[in-house]
Amino acid sequence: MIQILAKEFNSFLNSLIAYVVIGVFLIAMGLLMWVFPESSVIAYGYADMDTLFSLGPYVFIFLVPAITMRSFAEERKAGTIELLVTKPLSDWDIVLGKYLACFFLFVCALLPTLIYYFSIYALGSPAGNIDTPGVIGSYIGLVLLGAVFCSVGILSSSMTRNQIIAFIIGAFLCFLLFSGFESLATMNLWSANALMIKQLGLLYHYESLSRGLIDSRDLIFFLSVIFLMLSLTKFILGIRQW
Amino acid sequence: MSIQIKNLSRYYGEQKALDDISFSVGQGEIVGFLGPNGAGKSTTMKTATCFLPPSTGEVRIGGFDVTQDAHEIKKITGYLPEHNPLYLDLYVHEYLHFIGKLYGLTGSALRARVAEMVELCGLTVEQNKRIEALSKGYRQRVGLAQALIHDPKVLILDEPTSGLDPNQLLEIRRLIREISKNKTVLFSTHIMQEVEALCERVIVINKGRIVADDQVSKLLLRTRPQRVVIAEFEKPVTSGILEGIAGVTSVEAAGANAYRITSAQEVDVRAEVFRLAAEKGLALVGLRQEEGTLEDIFQLLTAKASDAH
Repeated sequence: MIQILAKEFNSFLNSLIAYVVIGVFLIAMGLLMWVFPESSVIAYGYADMDTLFSLGPYVFIFLVPAITMRSFAEERKAGTIELLVTKPLSDWDIVLGKYLACFFLFVCALLPTLIYYFSIYALGSPAGNIDTPGVIGSYIGLVLLGAVFCSVGILSSSMTRNQIIAFIIGAFLCFLLFSGFESLATMNLWSANALMIKQLGLLYHYESLSRGLIDSRDLIFFLSVIFLMLSLTKFILGIRQW
Repeated sequence: MSIQIKNLSRYYGEQKALDDISFSVGQGEIVGFLGPNGAGKSTTMKTATCFLPPSTGEVRIGGFDVTQDAHEIKKITGYLPEHNPLYLDLYVHEYLHFIGKLYGLTGSALRARVAEMVELCGLTVEQNKRIEALSKGYRQRVGLAQALIHDPKVLILDEPTSGLDPNQLLEIRRLIREISKNKTVLFSTHIMQEVEALCERVIVINKGRIVADDQVSKLLLRTRPQRVVIAEFEKPVTSGILEGIAGVTSVEAAGANAYRITSAQEVDVRAEVFRLAAEKGLALVGLRQEEGTLEDIFQLLTAKASDAH
């Protein structure tokens, strides 16, 4: 698994993918956080990082599937999957190796935003006037959210040999899981069951973590979704329909 | 380490790609797997390398079953898939290191093995290039190098020479001959000369069925039970003279002044024809034995099989 992870991560670094993903994410977040008056912390006047935590997921909905789309789709198209599968590796080795490589790249893109925390910490009046536990909870939430998006992206990549289709399906599934259930719950059909539907979405659990309260139910929810997605990927890899 | 396939069938949906095939390849044997496109060669090889599960039947490599001990089989088997898929964005060196690591090689053992493979497969000049920059012949060498990196006991090569130019073809064949010492090798091809050049035994497959499994020389005999000699003279001769030779069963004209002399397989009439010509003062300008080629056999076998359907 380590070998696959290392090879995948290296190929991110050796191609432009890593730099484009990290660069685009940081530029987009930087503009939203500090420049565009509508969402900028400076114009807003409150020492918090809500812009990153509320808009970040939407940026990731597009960026994460772009990282993951090639994982399996490219291997299938080039036929190299046959090479991998006939090496002494288990299917889990292949799925986890690829998954973790994408996840690490995601973390690499997120890490530099820690600077925002220190900037806001220093800008606060008085300095240090920021809800630190809230920020920690939100970061944990965002990392878990990215981990779920990666697993969704890996799954969609395993379903097709076309990278563009993998990207579109991946982005759509991420969006659906993230805020789809939330929007669905607002329909006037469910009456008392609306909360249950809301709880199926990632947004509900993400917001709960953002409050700085690390609830095991939320963690378990995120981890279960990841496990489900990766199991499905492993299942698809096991069918060998290509 | 041997390859044993028993009653293997494989379906793709409704389509039957392999229909109850059985054969085995003994330890240290090189066997050619011959058949037209779509005959089931690749499917058989994919099953033997644990890529595709068999629909029914049993496949054992070195005593391990593909459905139960896939991991063990993968460790002792080297496989060159059809179309030789490679990670084009990697450097030759990097790629071989990666594959070596997948087989659990590390440190100096890995470096030594990669260096050895680079040397053996003639990649010394190209080892620091990206695979995408290599010509087809060199890519094929990289494919062979990755299949050999862990010194496998069983080697399965799916069309190792397809799409190569004649020079590359000869080089790759030489390479295969070199590396196949002390290994059990099964390679597929649809080129007859390749089988003649590389191995003694051949398995012919057509439409998912095995139509022949024999020594190449015996197969040549099998399709041509009689010996045919073509004798060409300067001037026409009466065929009666030729029929008089002991052992000749029939004589027919084969072009101007040339005659096809058929005899039983055990009898070689060429010396007699020569003596007869000398005796009668006939100028013999050509005398050759007609050889059954693998092409003939192949056509014969595959045509027979399609008649049966």
